[in-house]
Amino acid sequence: MDDPLILIDADEIESGLHLRELWAYRELLFFLSWRDIKIRYKQTLLGAAWAIVQPLFAMLLFTLVFGKLTRMPSDGIPYPLFAYAGLLPWTFFANAVTNSGNSLVGSTSLITKVFFPRVIIPAAAVAAGLLDFVIAFLLLIPLLIYYRIPLRWSLLMLPLFIILATLLALGVGMLLSALNVKYRDVRYALPFFIQMWLFASPVIYPSSIIPQQWRWLSMLNPMTGIIEGFRTSMFGTTFDWMAILFSIVITLFLVVSSAYLFRRVEDSFADII
Amino acid sequence: MTPIIRVENLSKCYRIGSRPAHNSLRDMVAELIRSPFHRLRGGNRSADETIWALKDINFEVMPGEVVGIIGRNGAGKSTLLKILSRITRPTKGRFSLNGRVGSLLEVGTGFHSELTGRENVFLNGAILGMSRKEIGSKFDEIVAFAETEKFLDTPVKHYSSGMTVRLAFAVAAHLEPEILIVDEVLAVGDALFQKKCLGKMSEISEAGRTVLFVSHDISAVNAFCERAILLHEGSIAMSGPTREVAAYYLDHANKLYSPITWIKFPEGKSKEIELTAVTIAQRGAQTNIIDCREPFTVTIEYENKKAVRNSRFFLLVRNEKGEPLFTSSDYDLLSDVAIDRRPGKFVSTISLPGGLFKTGSYYGTVGADIKYERIIFAENDIFHFDVFESGDDTHAVRHTRVGIIAPLLPWHTTAKKSQNS
Repeated sequence: MDDPLILIDADEIESGLHLRELWAYRELLFFLSWRDIKIRYKQTLLGAAWAIVQPLFAMLLFTLVFGKLTRMPSDGIPYPLFAYAGLLPWTFFANAVTNSGNSLVGSTSLITKVFFPRVIIPAAAVAAGLLDFVIAFLLLIPLLIYYRIPLRWSLLMLPLFIILATLLALGVGMLLSALNVKYRDVRYALPFFIQMWLFASPVIYPSSIIPQQWRWLSMLNPMTGIIEGFRTSMFGTTFDWMAILFSIVITLFLVVSSAYLFRRVEDSFADII
Repeated sequence: MTPIIRVENLSKCYRIGSRPAHNSLRDMVAELIRSPFHRLRGGNRSADETIWALKDINFEVMPGEVVGIIGRNGAGKSTLLKILSRITRPTKGRFSLNGRVGSLLEVGTGFHSELTGRENVFLNGAILGMSRKEIGSKFDEIVAFAETEKFLDTPVKHYSSGMTVRLAFAVAAHLEPEILIVDEVLAVGDALFQKKCLGKMSEISEAGRTVLFVSHDISAVNAFCERAILLHEGSIAMSGPTREVAAYYLDHANKLYSPITWIKFPEGKSKEIELTAVTIAQRGAQTNIIDCREPFTVTIEYENKKAVRNSRFFLLVRNEKGEPLFTSSDYDLLSDVAIDRRPGKFVSTISLPGGLFKTGSYYGTVGADIKYERIIFAENDIFHFDVFESGDDTHAVRHTRVGIIAPLLPWHTTAKKSQNS
């Protein structure tokens, strides 16, 4: 007798990530993020321009307050450009975490009526954020031309930091979305949590203003390596390899452990959501 | 042959204590403060209040079988389907499925009102487990089935609810899994579309696929399931050929159902006549599920507060759409002098013939009036009954014909004598 295709036993604890099943549902990931993108700016006046407005206005505000008033150092890069280059990965990350953290509780009808690997829901929310990132990235090009920043080989490092930011957002998003199913406090704590994280990351300020003996502490925040690396690839300063290594290790650890945790609890979502 | 679905000792327990409210930290703190008092009172509520939605379910389904699952609301039908669809895990027991599963617990899951019909077809198909290629190749068929060609590029929010349901069902109907799990989806849409859906379902079963079909509509189960499982309070009450299970279900309807036909009316509705109860019975037992082939009775109990001259009672029966089928009166076959109109309590029993109603739901209105003068009272739709077909498929066809009733009439046919012979 052949082994059955699907065997569910209440006494057997699910283990493993079921990556093959996840692969089989890859088109659903595409369709769900496509849906998110399609409906995000429906019935808005500005449409996809919102993807630019958010980091642009943050840049203007930061330039005024931190660049002009407090004269924040910016590693020799014009402050507006410095801020925008930091805001790009940050805005993507912050939106991706917020959207994916709230994604499961926003998909109650799907979860209680259809089976599919649940991780697709927070993952689709992260993937949908990538388009906004690309749109906002386009504004960087005229800025680079205006400030006469030359093209460099180090630009080839950019994809690494985009991938890292995506993975990190996925790791944090999975964790928060699963917690959100059981404890709705997550929804209210999230904006505050994101704001704290912004100040803990070198978006407004450069890492170089942190005293040397405290550098390692800021490296524990994986966004430090990502944002600094993102800027370095563009402006040709020297890469802080230690920070990047910290980022990679912590991000991978977070993604894998969140994925296992998510897998452990996803079967109960339909009962408690 | 090995079974395609095998279910062993399947049980599902829900903890009601933690289910309805969304757990928040605040609740937990509140519970912590409350719980010592709970212990003092001896009621450890949140831990103990559990319900077994399913208890020790065992059955097997062979490839190509079409099995119906019947039972009243809360019997555990939906829980069983949710477990088999892998939406929720069983608390105890195990099951195996030996083929690609498609489950349809709701029509239009994931439909988004801002997206167009075309976009929703692709999205919904993907959610149900179809690949983009598969949807693409069946797209025209789906749209033709739903009859919404003209509105494909209109956002679904501008659709009528009927159109949305048709499109959603069309997508689902074109799912081609080896095992199809369907939950009461036929209860949506208009009658004509329901017929079309039933037809599609039989097509699926004829193609040799295995179908698990849940319905409260015994006629639908009867129409195309050869085997049925009757669930009652989380356990299998009976399983076997559909006709036998359906008959058992009806015989035990009283035990399985608490009759909802018996209605007590508030006092003083009319100063002249007071209706006290309306009941429906078939084969000597109170029920509101009627076998269409057998006669049944409607019994009206009332009290005349005083003598009312020339009054008469009437009964009006309407179908689901509100179309009246007929009105009958206690005056029809009698002269008014023959009816007792003295003060006191009375019981009227109206006999309705078998082989008259189509399958479906019906609503009855009871009232009284004074001939040519005024209505004394009328209680609209105060009772309700469901009619189902107990015969086989060839008889079920009668219910799909044009007309609001489907009477079984005797036809006497003889050869006509030729004059020249």
